[in-house]
Amino acid sequence: MSAGAPRSLASSGQKSIQDICHPLSAEESALNPGSAADTGLILPNGTPVDTSSPASSSSLLNRLQLDDDLDGETRDLFVTVEDPKKHVSTMETYITYRVCTKTTRTEFDLPEYSVRRRYQDFDWLRNKLEESQPTHLIPPLPEKFVMKGVVDRFSEEFVETRRKALDKFLKRVADHPVLSFNEHFNAFLSAKDLNKRQGLALLTKMGESVKYVTGGYKLRARPAEFAAMGDYLDLFTQKMGTIDRIAQRIIKEQSEFLMELREYGPVYSSWSSFEEDLHDPLEGVSGCVSNCSSALEELTEDMSEDFLPVLREYVLYIESMKVPSDVEKCQDRVECFNADLKADWDRWENNKRQDFRQLLTGMANKNIQHYEKCLAAWESLVPLLQDKQEAEGETS
Amino acid sequence: MVIHICLEWRKIAFCQCLNILDILFSVPKKFCTQTPRQSSDAWSLQTMKASREEKIYLRQKHRRTDVGTHNLHLLKKMEISVAEAEKRTGKNAVNMQETYTVYLIEMRPVDAASEGTNPVPDSLWRRYSEFELLRNYLLVTYPFLVVPPLPEKRAEFVWHKLSADNMDPDFVERRRVGLENFLLRVASHPDLSTDKIFYSFLTEENGWKETVFETGFQAKADSRLKALNATFRVKNPDKRFAEMKHYGDELQSVISQLLRVRARAADRLYGVYKVHGNYGRVFSEWSAIEKEMGDGLQSAGHHMDAYAASVDDILEEEEHYADQMKEYLFYADALRAVCRKHELTQYELEMAAQDLTSKKQQREELATGTIRTFSLKGVTSKLFGQETPEQREAKLKMLETQIEEGEELVKERNAECEEFVKSAWVDIERFKEQKDHDLREALISYAIMQISMCKKGIQVWNNAKECFSKM
Repeated sequence: MSAGAPRSLASSGQKSIQDICHPLSAEESALNPGSAADTGLILPNGTPVDTSSPASSSSLLNRLQLDDDLDGETRDLFVTVEDPKKHVSTMETYITYRVCTKTTRTEFDLPEYSVRRRYQDFDWLRNKLEESQPTHLIPPLPEKFVMKGVVDRFSEEFVETRRKALDKFLKRVADHPVLSFNEHFNAFLSAKDLNKRQGLALLTKMGESVKYVTGGYKLRARPAEFAAMGDYLDLFTQKMGTIDRIAQRIIKEQSEFLMELREYGPVYSSWSSFEEDLHDPLEGVSGCVSNCSSALEELTEDMSEDFLPVLREYVLYIESMKVPSDVEKCQDRVECFNADLKADWDRWENNKRQDFRQLLTGMANKNIQHYEKCLAAWESLVPLLQDKQEAEGETS
Repeated sequence: MVIHICLEWRKIAFCQCLNILDILFSVPKKFCTQTPRQSSDAWSLQTMKASREEKIYLRQKHRRTDVGTHNLHLLKKMEISVAEAEKRTGKNAVNMQETYTVYLIEMRPVDAASEGTNPVPDSLWRRYSEFELLRNYLLVTYPFLVVPPLPEKRAEFVWHKLSADNMDPDFVERRRVGLENFLLRVASHPDLSTDKIFYSFLTEENGWKETVFETGFQAKADSRLKALNATFRVKNPDKRFAEMKHYGDELQSVISQLLRVRARAADRLYGVYKVHGNYGRVFSEWSAIEKEMGDGLQSAGHHMDAYAASVDDILEEEEHYADQMKEYLFYADALRAVCRKHELTQYELEMAAQDLTSKKQQREELATGTIRTFSLKGVTSKLFGQETPEQREAKLKMLETQIEEGEELVKERNAECEEFVKSAWVDIERFKEQKDHDLREALISYAIMQISMCKKGIQVWNNAKECFSKM
């Protein structure tokens, strides 16, 4: 598939929904960051759609730096989800994301791909993976359904949060030694037109699943390993919940502190208005307090937007990690199941460690930055006050 | 380390805020054992350990050794401090048991410290009510001076963790500092420091109260108080005093607001820090179920605990800043009192002048026989006939005497007024300078406090970050 010129969006006229393909599944130039902005689409809140292409390369880098303990595994498959865009047709409105792939694997026809996918497609992929790889843990997707009216599905925040989650999902699949070679995954990344492929894929898989269903004996008891995993997951979920509550509480307390600071700074300003010699020092203090207020506001926002969602997504991940209940399906593959699960578990543990290291380090960094901003403000005030002091001392 | 030095340094700076550097002789032994002039070594050691901005600040303080040429003969000779506080129980005026706190005032000759000898200081115990008595006496005796205020009687602008109980040890300690501050301010005032009652307050434990009452200041106090509380309109107030009074009002209002909001902010800040302690606990619990991540989490948890604990010191330091502000809140009141007293003297002058004018007019009427102003005499003479020439002569004579006396009174009052205005304005100018200096110092030390808090925060989070990176 070669890169072509982007087709215009617009409403596609009176077509039945089946005929409506992904308007931009004809790929844009994979490496052209500007192309996304051509259509000039604007999200409902009035801001132009965030292209975030530079971010994609830096997030790739991030991923590389984190994954330092891949035990010599050389990565040959890189995937990102970026550039959300709104599509309006007569039947519906939805968001698509650009999925970019770079790979040296021979399973792929080309070294690079850029396709447009919507949530439905991700959902399809996940279902296919679960069906075709029942012995493996499949990473989770963000929530499928959102209550209309409660959450704005087209708000910048929601779209961005979802994009991050979808990006994480694909990366986890891409990192998986077995799942990443799955043909459905391949199709998802490369196919122009997913719908047609979906049909084909369905047919080929039918036979295999039938084989599973008619399989052998029932599993008598869950292996002890499963139980231990289950216990750990329960405790882990508990701790995540506690951390979530603590983080929320901190944000709340910080917001209330911020409110007081917002009243505190101006008091010094109004005091300075009827002082002569003290006018500048008092104004200076007022300014510092104001700077600290802004810094605190940024910290609180960052924690709300970056820290909490990632934490919550992990809890969701764990929901999806519950050992598959349809173990019965693959009785005759029990040994294989155990081994696969164990490998996936180790992989998950490793990723979890990296993810949390990154998350908590990020939290520490944000706090450090906050204090550094405040420190700079106060430090710049002190010499100002003391210089005046010296001047006074010389004249008296 | 930094925290300790910060506290120590800040305490010294606080003392320096107490006006003129001559007071440095009398920095209480709790804060530093030697005076700056005599022990530059101790000071340079201090500066070495301090951080960069602290060094600049200390050096500058050290440089300013000659401020003013006040006749501080008291402080030149004696070092004054309020060294301790103790609880006592006894019977009060209505013969009921009560518990109260007494404060130990120590007077130590300045020379002794430099010679290295350490004689036993003169000391006596006083309770808060005696300080109040002293101040009231000074207020009445020197109405034209901005008399230094006492620390608050009851804890106000309190944030929730701070006790409002007068018996609370923290409150007592802060009051001890405030009382010492009061004595030092009085002792360094050019006029107040020479007062005999003040001197005997410091030196005569028994019988001092009687001595004060013997001065008869109570009587003056009562009449003045009544006059101050009455509303009266002054026709020609000195414009400067009117402006000062207005300034005093505004200052009082803005500092009250500042203290109120600061207390609320302190409450919130406390909450923020303490909740981080919960991270400590959950990280610890979480580390128990982890293998590789466990150690990193556990140590990070300890840092979170340290972070939560650090807020107590931070807020204790801030409380001293609040006390500095409170002093000027109460000073604003003293300033307003002086302005009120000016109005009173002006009013009394105007009353006397008015009285004189009306008497003169009466004389004129009597002399010329015309009755222009309404008077009982006028009415009765109309009703019962005019008086005899002899009667008129007698009245005229009386009026003359009254007018003479009235003129004397006006002259007196005028002189009083002028004297008051002159002396009061000198002291107000002195006060203005002191206020500007002290408040600037307070703001600088506040900024340095904030800097220290930020540095501590950065350190803790860097430590935590290191632990996280080892996960």
